[in-house]
Amino acid sequence: MTAPLSTGLSGGAGAAAGDPGAAAPAPDPALDPQAQQTASPWRLAWERLRRRRAALVGAGIIAFFVLAAVFAPVLTAISGTGPDATDKRAIDPYLGGLPRGSAGGMSPQHWLGVEPMLGRDIFARLLYGARISLTVAFSAAVMITVIGVLLGITSGYFGGRIDTVISRFMDVMMSFPSLIFMMALLSVVQNVNRVLLLIVVMSLFTWPYIARVIRGQTMSLKHREYVEAARASGTTSARILFSEILPNLTGTIIVYLTLAIPGLIGAEAGLTYLGVGVRPPTPSWGQMIADSSLYYKVDPMFFVLPCSCLFLMVLAFTLLGDALRDALDPKGSRG
Amino acid sequence: MTGFLIRRLFGIAVTLLVVCAVTFCIFYLLPNDPAVQFCGKDCPPDRVAEVRQQMGLNAPLIVQFGRYVLAIFAGRTMGSGSYAVQCHFPCFGYSFQSGRPVWDLMMDRLPTSASLAIGAAVIWLLLGLAAGVLSALRKNTWIDRTVMVATIGVAALPVYFTAMILLYVVVVVLGLMPYPRYVAFTDDPFGWVQNLLLPWTTLALTFAAIYARMTRSSVIETLAEPYVRTARAKGLRERRVVGRHGLRPALTPIATMLGMDLGGLLAGALITESLFGLPGVGKLFADSLAKSDQPVVMGITLLASFFIITSNLVVDLVYAWIDPRARVS
Repeated sequence: MTAPLSTGLSGGAGAAAGDPGAAAPAPDPALDPQAQQTASPWRLAWERLRRRRAALVGAGIIAFFVLAAVFAPVLTAISGTGPDATDKRAIDPYLGGLPRGSAGGMSPQHWLGVEPMLGRDIFARLLYGARISLTVAFSAAVMITVIGVLLGITSGYFGGRIDTVISRFMDVMMSFPSLIFMMALLSVVQNVNRVLLLIVVMSLFTWPYIARVIRGQTMSLKHREYVEAARASGTTSARILFSEILPNLTGTIIVYLTLAIPGLIGAEAGLTYLGVGVRPPTPSWGQMIADSSLYYKVDPMFFVLPCSCLFLMVLAFTLLGDALRDALDPKGSRG
Repeated sequence: MTGFLIRRLFGIAVTLLVVCAVTFCIFYLLPNDPAVQFCGKDCPPDRVAEVRQQMGLNAPLIVQFGRYVLAIFAGRTMGSGSYAVQCHFPCFGYSFQSGRPVWDLMMDRLPTSASLAIGAAVIWLLLGLAAGVLSALRKNTWIDRTVMVATIGVAALPVYFTAMILLYVVVVVLGLMPYPRYVAFTDDPFGWVQNLLLPWTTLALTFAAIYARMTRSSVIETLAEPYVRTARAKGLRERRVVGRHGLRPALTPIATMLGMDLGGLLAGALITESLFGLPGVGKLFADSLAKSDQPVVMGITLLASFFIITSNLVVDLVYAWIDPRARVS
């Protein structure tokens, strides 16, 4: 009866002795790089992340698509067909322009088959479409992060009238029906680079979601002792914001950035599907889905391919984002 | 409660006015002359000038905006001379392309959109709540893990994919039903359900997955509360603990989310409506955009904002009614 109690006690004493702050003979953390590394919260987060299979799967899929998009010219050179080349021999004019052969015309010349009517190579178009989809989603994600963090941090830190104005603005932005407004804007503005316009319009309606989170976190961070200390020692507000508060928001920012991307990829595809996004000669996944929806009865492979790419991409970012959230714990309980 | 209500209503009026002004500016400041839109690309300049005059487009922007807002409450006569048309209350503009007031066009389509949104909501609530509660009560078992993996997968499914696969399998391969076309509930309730079944499922699946995840975390959080422990300690049966003390508070955030989602979908299910060719408000919007029927586009934008803002208010009121702490902020 006493034995477990005593081991419990000695265990407790041992742990206390191992605490560098409590015992003198503990190794100096500055002299021991190993100990310093294990203490770093980033290191801990990385360890937690590495143990999640879902995170690795997500990161793997993302890496696959990013590499495919980056090396699209190389890959199409290997496959032998570019995204705009039409191959009349691959389609059957007597069958209303459907691809010859099974599974949407998959063959050694066209690895993933061809489009009906035009006979363009689906593999090449998927690769080049990934370029557009990823460029739009990543750029918009960076933009909403910059706007959202700047406004959120300002609103949360200064409070008062500045907060009221920014918060009202966010409320109004969030009560816009975003899809409808994006479509209206995209259709009204003409003669502008569509990709750029798409990025701007999508960012315009998505930043308040991240700004709201950042605002809330800033409001709790600004009462921490180290911020009070910095303020008491006369540090300027700008310096406090960028060197005291912002570093503590990095985890949250990374998580929300990752979780915003699948929504943005989906939005780009949706807007293009509805005919206001990227215009026809430019290949994009949304464009391919819109085209293929006319042929779903007779050439199901044509819609399965771009839809699968979209599905995998959204899934990958969701998996990675969820895992990152668990690993970085943006709720701030890390302290 | 009255003070809260007045504050909220005032806030809503301001927000709606801002939305209205922004919409108005988008359509009238940008280089898309409504007169040219109305008259056609090859319209002679003097004819364009005439149309401008008749449509009142030469007045300052603020005057035009004032007329537009006033017409919503009072109705107005659009144009003048031989082209004058009566636009009755509530006037959201007049579609010269189809020769009808925008309000009438929208109201023709609203039952379809409402049918789609409400039917889908019933399905996603049933699926999402059942899956979420089951997952929470069987936390960290194989059931929980299966449900959670399934929800991540289903939430990532693009609606086009769901729609096309459903159409391909149910309509083309199995031939279980003809291609869906909208039938009004009042005409044929059975046909209404049959034709909307595929659109409902398509729209509901994504939401069901999200609701399942929300419900799960909400129920788990509530069951860890001290009062649930107290209820258990008092010796209440587990059924009663979960049903009475666990689920009710856990479902409040779900109700909030439902209100917002329904508000957004009443005029915002554009892709689902386009995929199935349902003649809803979203389809009307997409079609009007394609043929540059600006009054309709603007009317629907305002209607959609109105739905979103109103559903926000309803949600807040319900919340304030349930939880008095929410009334202060």
